[in-house]
Amino acid sequence: MSVIYVLWLRELRRYVRSRTQIVASLGQPLLYLVVLGFGLGPVFQKAGQGSYLQFVAPGIIAMTVLFSSIFSGMGLLWDRQFGFLRETLVAPVPRIQVMLGRTLGAATVAMCQGLLVAIVCFVVGFRVADPRALPVALLFMALIACLFSALGTAIGSVLQNIQGFQLIMNFLVMPIFFLSGALYPLNNLPGVLSIVTRLDPLAYGVDGLRTALMGASQFGLAADGSVLVLVAMMLLFIGSYLFSKIQV
Amino acid sequence: MIQVEHLVKRFGEFTAVDDISFEVRRGEIFAFLGPNGAGKTTTIKMLTTLARPTSGTVEIDGLDPNGSSHEVRKRFGIVFQDPSLDGDLTAYENMELHGVLYHVPRKVRVERIEQLLRLFELWERGNQQVKLFSGGMKRRLEIARGLLHTPKILFLDEPTLGLDPQTRNQLWTQVKHLNQSEGVTVFLTTHYMDEADRVAQRIAVIDHGKIVAQGSPQELKQQTSRDSLEEAFLALTGSTIRDEAASSTDQMRQFGKLWGNRR
Ligand SMILES: Nc1ncnc2c1ncn2[C@@H]1O[C@H](COP(=O)(O)OP(=O)(O)OP(=O)(O)O)[C@@H](O)[C@H]1O
Ligand SMILES: [Mg+2]
Repeated sequence: MSVIYVLWLRELRRYVRSRTQIVASLGQPLLYLVVLGFGLGPVFQKAGQGSYLQFVAPGIIAMTVLFSSIFSGMGLLWDRQFGFLRETLVAPVPRIQVMLGRTLGAATVAMCQGLLVAIVCFVVGFRVADPRALPVALLFMALIACLFSALGTAIGSVLQNIQGFQLIMNFLVMPIFFLSGALYPLNNLPGVLSIVTRLDPLAYGVDGLRTALMGASQFGLAADGSVLVLVAMMLLFIGSYLFSKIQV
Repeated sequence: MIQVEHLVKRFGEFTAVDDISFEVRRGEIFAFLGPNGAGKTTTIKMLTTLARPTSGTVEIDGLDPNGSSHEVRKRFGIVFQDPSLDGDLTAYENMELHGVLYHVPRKVRVERIEQLLRLFELWERGNQQVKLFSGGMKRRLEIARGLLHTPKILFLDEPTLGLDPQTRNQLWTQVKHLNQSEGVTVFLTTHYMDEADRVAQRIAVIDHGKIVAQGSPQELKQQTSRDSLEEAFLALTGSTIRDEAASSTDQMRQFGKLWGNRR
């Protein structure tokens, strides 16, 4: 059994055992979906943009994967405080393997959450344009999950305790979400905003996911995919460097 | 086996370990004693690649824990003073994860895990999540886990903290056995002087980050002209109580509880 595998398995076991947490974390996406989906629906329709539920559902799925992967990645902070991190840090295994096992585990957990929300979307009335594009949608979810799990691990490696958590939430995670085009179309935005959204990696994730599920693309699937892969690789690299430097 | 020279660790203005030097010989049981906050755990962290010294040198089996951290990690096992189990996993899973991390072959792993869990009377609870265990049971599991593989050096940071006499006995029997039959070098800290007197061949006493005495238990007693190690220890370190502010870990635990995070 390899080190990466057991650490991946650990993340999964913890996820499966936290049933109340799973249900609780479905609340927020469900709220967004129902309140925004039905609340903004009429306005959206009048503006000639079609069904808002259809538009926002891929965004909500992306949001779920974003939050879940960042939180799971930052689970590192809890392991630091509750001591388990030390156990893995003194073990005679390359820290990059420890980092990869954790990050892939976090990404898998985020995928599971994303899939659950996708099912919820379907129940609420969301319909996929072309079921044959579903594997592409899954691929994009996986890319988003890997990218932000790596980011979460990187942040978790640097922060000393969870006091910084709120800071990260308000100044990084929420902006990434709101600027990603998950809630509104990115075309015809005022100049500065349109530039900023192009710097948000999640924008490419949302676009890719929306293209696969709905068929209307902003940047093009190839561009979406390449940006995500590139940024994910970069963050994995940075994350494993920072992880290897952790002192406790 | 362990060579420490002029080791210093500062946290901002505060000097936790203040220019200490000592040596632990191959195959020896070495006790590192000192009052609360003396700098024992901080020293162990520097020996075990978990923290960088501010200055000074450390050699573990001839290697530098900072430069060749991976090689050094292959050589030691450790039981931490603070908890380091995963509360969401079962006792068995915690053991298994450790076995994989330390490359214990599957067959040996399965046998050793059962043997150790039985020895520390945890076998019946093996499939229960660790967060449901009592404090002493968690501690027993940490120790069983620390004994799963056979390292060249075993660090034990207050291993008997919160344990009943039966388990303490069991622990020291095991440690002595490892030391005699496998030649494992043992570096331990404890606040129970009778334990140190019984198992350690050599002792260093640290206070306020400085080593104030070194030698065999006998030598320390002679040096201070006291009959017991406990009296010798008090003579060396004075009898004032060292108060320690609640550590950030304790604060975190409380915070964790606030959020229903039971670990
Ligand atoms: N990360 C840190 N930041 C600041 N101060 C620290 C840190 N870690 C330890 N200290 C301080 O260094 C001193 C030595 O702590 P250490 O944990 O090494 O003591 P110890 O000898 O193990 O004590 P005990 O017997 O209570 O375990 C203490 O005063 C402690 O508050
Ligand atoms: Mg200590």
